[in-house]
Amino acid sequence: MLTDTPILEIDAVSKRFVTELDIAERTARLLGSKVEPLTVHAVDGVRLSVRKGEVLGLVGESGCGKSTLGRMVAGLMPPSEGQIRFRGRDVAALRGAEAREAALKIQMVFQDPMSSLNPRLRVDEIVGEAPRVHGIVSRREQDGYVDDLLNRVGLDPTTRKRYPHQFSGGQRARIGIARALAVKPDFIVCDESVAALDVSIQAQILNLFMRLREELDLTYLFISHDLGVVEHISDRIAVMYLGRLVELGAAEDVLRRPNHPYTQALVAEIPTFETKKKAFNPIKGEIPSPLKPPTGCHFHPRCPHAHQRCIVERPALKEIAPGRLSACHLNDEARAAA
Amino acid sequence: MSGETIVGALEPKADIAEPAKPARVDSPLKRLAQDFFADRLAVFGLCLFVVIALIAILAPWITPQNPYDLAQLDIMDGGLPPGETSFATGGTYWLGTDQQGRDMLSAIAYGLRISLVVALVSLACAIVVGVAAGVAAAYFGGRTDSLIMRVVDLQLSFPAILIALILLALLGRGVDKVILALVIVQWAYYARTVRSSAIVERRKDYIDAARCLALSHRRIMFRHLLPNCVPPLIVVATVQIAQAIALEATLSFLGVGVPITEPSLGLLISNGYDYLLSGRYWVSLFPGVALVVTIIAINLVGDRLRDIFNPRLQS
Amino acid sequence: MTLLQVRDLATHFFTRDGVAKAVDGVSFSLDRGEILGLVGESGSGKSVTGFSLIGLVDPPGKVVSGQILFDGADLVAAGEATLRRLRGKRIAMIFQDPMMTLNPVLRVDTQMIETVLAHAPMSRQAARERCRAALAAVGISSPDERLESYPHQFSGGMRQRVAIAIALLHEPDLIIADEPTTALDVTIQAQILSEVQALCARSGTALIWITHDLAVVSGLADRLAVMYAGRIIETGDTAEVIARPLHPYTRGLIDSVPQGKRHGAPLAQIPGMTPSLLRLPEGCKFRPRCPRADAACLVEPALAELLPGRRARCVHPYLEAAEEALAASC
Repeated sequence: MLTDTPILEIDAVSKRFVTELDIAERTARLLGSKVEPLTVHAVDGVRLSVRKGEVLGLVGESGCGKSTLGRMVAGLMPPSEGQIRFRGRDVAALRGAEAREAALKIQMVFQDPMSSLNPRLRVDEIVGEAPRVHGIVSRREQDGYVDDLLNRVGLDPTTRKRYPHQFSGGQRARIGIARALAVKPDFIVCDESVAALDVSIQAQILNLFMRLREELDLTYLFISHDLGVVEHISDRIAVMYLGRLVELGAAEDVLRRPNHPYTQALVAEIPTFETKKKAFNPIKGEIPSPLKPPTGCHFHPRCPHAHQRCIVERPALKEIAPGRLSACHLNDEARAAA
Repeated sequence: MSGETIVGALEPKADIAEPAKPARVDSPLKRLAQDFFADRLAVFGLCLFVVIALIAILAPWITPQNPYDLAQLDIMDGGLPPGETSFATGGTYWLGTDQQGRDMLSAIAYGLRISLVVALVSLACAIVVGVAAGVAAAYFGGRTDSLIMRVVDLQLSFPAILIALILLALLGRGVDKVILALVIVQWAYYARTVRSSAIVERRKDYIDAARCLALSHRRIMFRHLLPNCVPPLIVVATVQIAQAIALEATLSFLGVGVPITEPSLGLLISNGYDYLLSGRYWVSLFPGVALVVTIIAINLVGDRLRDIFNPRLQS
Repeated sequence: MTLLQVRDLATHFFTRDGVAKAVDGVSFSLDRGEILGLVGESGSGKSVTGFSLIGLVDPPGKVVSGQILFDGADLVAAGEATLRRLRGKRIAMIFQDPMMTLNPVLRVDTQMIETVLAHAPMSRQAARERCRAALAAVGISSPDERLESYPHQFSGGMRQRVAIAIALLHEPDLIIADEPTTALDVTIQAQILSEVQALCARSGTALIWITHDLAVVSGLADRLAVMYAGRIIETGDTAEVIARPLHPYTRGLIDSVPQGKRHGAPLAQIPGMTPSLLRLPEGCKFRPRCPRADAACLVEPALAELLPGRRARCVHPYLEAAEEALAASC
């Protein structure tokens, strides 16, 4: 059920990737050349909290850091700065059985339905290994348990002994979901989990996600580049651009009244069914390299409303309406004018 | 959760009933077998190797004499050319005899036994050591990776024969010592091969999924990562087993390998070397031929496996 | 004026598990300057159709029957030499991965000038000028500088623009674009769509836009052809097909997209999955997944003209809705 208690808090989390210099570069540096190790701010001071039972959609284009954030939440990489708290406790500070417990409660469903399944294992082992190893079921109960899970995700349990390559893309996606559910998680990170699927299969899997949420009282962090999909399944939407959170709010509200110019552009470019030729009106410019992000507001080189302040000053994420945050200088100016 | 099997009523029934599809693709092993048997030369190599292995295994039962049971040797039969009849038993020495009257055919069969055992045991040990090191390097990355791979580089930058010679000079002769030397010079090849394929596999999502499920490092490395790195390992193993046989023969020939009481093919060649110029070519030649045939058989199989596993050559 | 006429095209792949009929009896025509959206999911045969048109089907695939009349000449019967003359000059192709077109070790100008000179003898200087103009036309700023770069120095969207510029060099009569924006971000996709639309309108180039995304192509194409299991199952004017799909599959595709649906409501979904090309069902290929299927569907229907300008391969098309709408509009 949807409550106000946060199940997960992402507190000022940053992730930096530093490319190590190789020997040649280090030598060049000793000799006085100006070779610097490259630093990418993949995620830059993101604050988010996810309430128990809600679906938080995380949208952005390539290089915006949404996947990195998802992987940090899933415990696959530690943050460089900041804390990720699950049920109020810093995940990184947990040790031993507690750490394992927390790790199992947060699961991930991956994008590529092929590479996320071990090609050498049969379905019953892919799904049943972790619960057996962690003592959730005994070896004797494993078969029955796997059957239940396969039924739950809409797969025929008699396919239990097959290998991943013997399934279609949609079925593989279901196996990936069954695997995540097997350790009884409370929180699932869906990283582009439907992006690789055909449209008709995508609808099946989205429906499955929505049904499982009801049945098992799950909370999702739903990461996708497809704002249309995210809007449909999410309660709230967070928009990221080049490592920063730029807008946050209730899903329908963000889609109907996008505040940040970047969100506005994203919303305008959701492919919709047209019965006449569409007049495309794209925002200009490329997505900048995360290696050399623009100064001030990261979006200013592409923003139609950019002015001097945007170039020098990073806009803070401010509340523009109850529960609605946006990081744009225009809001300050609009408020000052009003 | 495990108690309930009912699927939620939110979705139409059709969703559940994605029809069970019959297995469309053959098992990987069957594919491999099909590919392999498509090449006649490789099949020939395999058959040849099987015959050689059978001769080696069954040597005590199929050879006319036990060449190392001194009671069965007759000095009168010493140095007979191929096809001569024994003065003692009346049997024919198809490949001749050596100075002590030892039947070369039997000596080769027994020699094969030693050669193959040494090669296979060293292969198995080298794979175990190399695979563990390579998978660990790929899985943990960073410093572990650097440390292991620098040792591998160091190992591979010296000629194998040189390292083996030094080791055996320090350790002395003996089958166990030869095996140890072969393991030390060969593990690095496996480590490097496994690491390079494991690094590719390591980046795939199924490894992250396994980490998400809080499985132990050891389980992920050996149950998830390793089985997906096997194909290139098979190729390297077939090449290396031929190398191991050749290397052992070289070491024995040089007199630092197996002891005189357990002569391998290399030692047989070495024994006959002294008589080569005196016209008794057979003492050296036939063990040499056996060695070459064995290595060629293995290489034919290895070449085919390499072709099958090389994705660039696949249509 | 008809530029391209495809009749009963069949391309089969002879695999060791059997014959996969990737394209089986595809017919359509394309006028000069027209944009056709060829839509289908994975395994529908849409890409293979595209490759068949320019004779780029690799073994074990083979065009086994049919005619491809390009400006009156049959490309299926034509030899490799004829095809090579046409490719790049009168018919160009854009791939999903621009690196299919671009050579990673050559500078962009080297590749582009070579392409120009391959079909049109002129001085290198003139060729260079032409390349510069082509890059500018696809919205690449500072084309001079860009000409001297290597492909890896470009972003994904920029590379795709270069690939499109190369396709445009000889002002071809026909461009076949295979999922060219699928791998790109939405904001970049919108830029490319807008530029392609403008270019085609300006130069009168006909375009076949192959995609899995019905929504993307609906804003671009004049006409749509929807493919399923190697066949075209519905064609017609984009507006008509989107507003009043006749075939249950087309309707299912439109309904299963979340955009515009009530927030959080279950999506209408097509049950089951795309059939294996090696084991196609009997009769109508969509039958096992179709809500309207009955015994009559065991005989495969032909692609018949069910309404003026509207063809569909269906025994039980959604004619009611189309007729109601027609009546309402009158």
